[in-house]
Amino acid sequence: MCSEGEFVSITAAILGLHSRIIQAQFGDTSVTWILNVLFYVVFIVFIFYGQRLQTYVMIREVEGSLYKLKHIKEEGRKITIETIKEIGKPQTDPTARVDRFLEYFMISPQSLDPAGIVWKLEHILDVRDTRFKDEVKFMAPAADETQANNLENTLEAAMALNFIYKVIRHFYLLGKKTLSLYVIMQIQMILPMIMKEAEAYANALKAFAYGQPIGDGAGALVAAKLMHGQETRKIAKDCVVASVPFEGRTAFVIKAEGPGGNVGKPGDAVKAVIEENEGKIAMVVMIDAALKLEGEGLGELAEGVGAAIGGPGVDQYKIEDEILKYHIPVNAVVIKEDIGDAVSPMRKEVFDSIDGVIERIKEVVLERTKEGDKIVIAGVGNSIGIGQ
Amino acid sequence: MTETQASGPTPRISSSVIIAVFVALALSFAALIYALSILDQDYEAASIFLIMGFLGVALSTYVLFQTRRRLSKLKIAVPPVTTTIECKKCGSKNVREFQRGDYIFKEGEPCQKCNEKMLITAIYREVKEKEREKISF
Repeated sequence: MCSEGEFVSITAAILGLHSRIIQAQFGDTSVTWILNVLFYVVFIVFIFYGQRLQTYVMIREVEGSLYKLKHIKEEGRKITIETIKEIGKPQTDPTARVDRFLEYFMISPQSLDPAGIVWKLEHILDVRDTRFKDEVKFMAPAADETQANNLENTLEAAMALNFIYKVIRHFYLLGKKTLSLYVIMQIQMILPMIMKEAEAYANALKAFAYGQPIGDGAGALVAAKLMHGQETRKIAKDCVVASVPFEGRTAFVIKAEGPGGNVGKPGDAVKAVIEENEGKIAMVVMIDAALKLEGEGLGELAEGVGAAIGGPGVDQYKIEDEILKYHIPVNAVVIKEDIGDAVSPMRKEVFDSIDGVIERIKEVVLERTKEGDKIVIAGVGNSIGIGQ
Repeated sequence: MTETQASGPTPRISSSVIIAVFVALALSFAALIYALSILDQDYEAASIFLIMGFLGVALSTYVLFQTRRRLSKLKIAVPPVTTTIECKKCGSKNVREFQRGDYIFKEGEPCQKCNEKMLITAIYREVKEKEREKISF
């Protein structure tokens, strides 16, 4: 940092140099005079109002994105209402109910005393799920179970868009009100990522409305391919299991029940299968979509250990608890995608990677289990557009 | 899927702004032409008009491009999704646009060759990505 004296002398030197350049260019004319005055004015304005100008530029940038977000949000709301009217055949206009639904919130349990928080969170999530399902039933009485699940997902995507819009609007208005560079900078810096996410949700909304498989369903698709043609039964809420002969072993393949938009409760499903077999499970293999880093290829596969499952953590906790109880090794195969690909219609690259995942599972199973063993293969993800 | 592009929003740039930009552009061009015409007689005045003209043209064009860019950015393009239907008996394959109600492993219409029920085996979207910048790491 330079001192005040140094700053003044540097400024004087710059101004002097500039005057000489202008004079050399135009001679001693009134043009020189005008350009010099102009330069001094700009220089002084930038010294005193530089940060303020930067704030205005950032506010303009956020404003542009906010207009785009507003458009996406409105478009999402419109698609949701149209889909409800088309599929649900409601007696009354569902617009008011949809608008009310978009403002729904969930309060996470208090974590000051973390003991038992998983069960509290699970209960709140169950209540939320039931409430959502009931709302959808009211809005779309003619929708069947699959369509109702898809509508629920559509509404959730519309809710996410509404929330993103409101948060950005909050920071924009706060920044405008306070003219604080630091208030507006917080949101301006992460704006590209937020916009990417919002665009992803806009695409997701269309996918959900049409019932198309999404990138997040990669794990469910692997399970569906393994269990196709086999008898399935319900094992937990919105989850099915099939007993499949697999490389001389018996594989219990689990997935969320499709083709409706569902993630089910894989935690309960894995637990139920292990308990049914009195813990005599040689290995659990979990397949899920995982967020890729920039530079990694879409549909790239990676292998590791641990419970590969996202979400609020309830299912991961249950699986970890159960495998610890019986000391069952848990392996994971993940398919790399970015957030945009995970919530929008499934990309060809992801679809093409499914056979590769099955090969990886075969390798893991052959290397780490014996013939005749029982294994659990859990395909985690949203089963929208994926049957079994 | 029938809808391929969302309808654009109401343009937020008012017509008065657009008119002002065009007026500024016209004045800037006029200043440039005038500067060129008096260049031989009054070099000093011509220089001032040239600077004003160039600045005016640059600013007006920038504002105009900014408004155009904002409007084009607002459109959400949705890539088409395809459904692949296969006959497990004769192996014939049919690829068509996704229709509402399609899902993977859904039994579809009968095969035209062997009359066996066909099965939806794939639903995905294909994105033709722009040629990526080559990175060595």
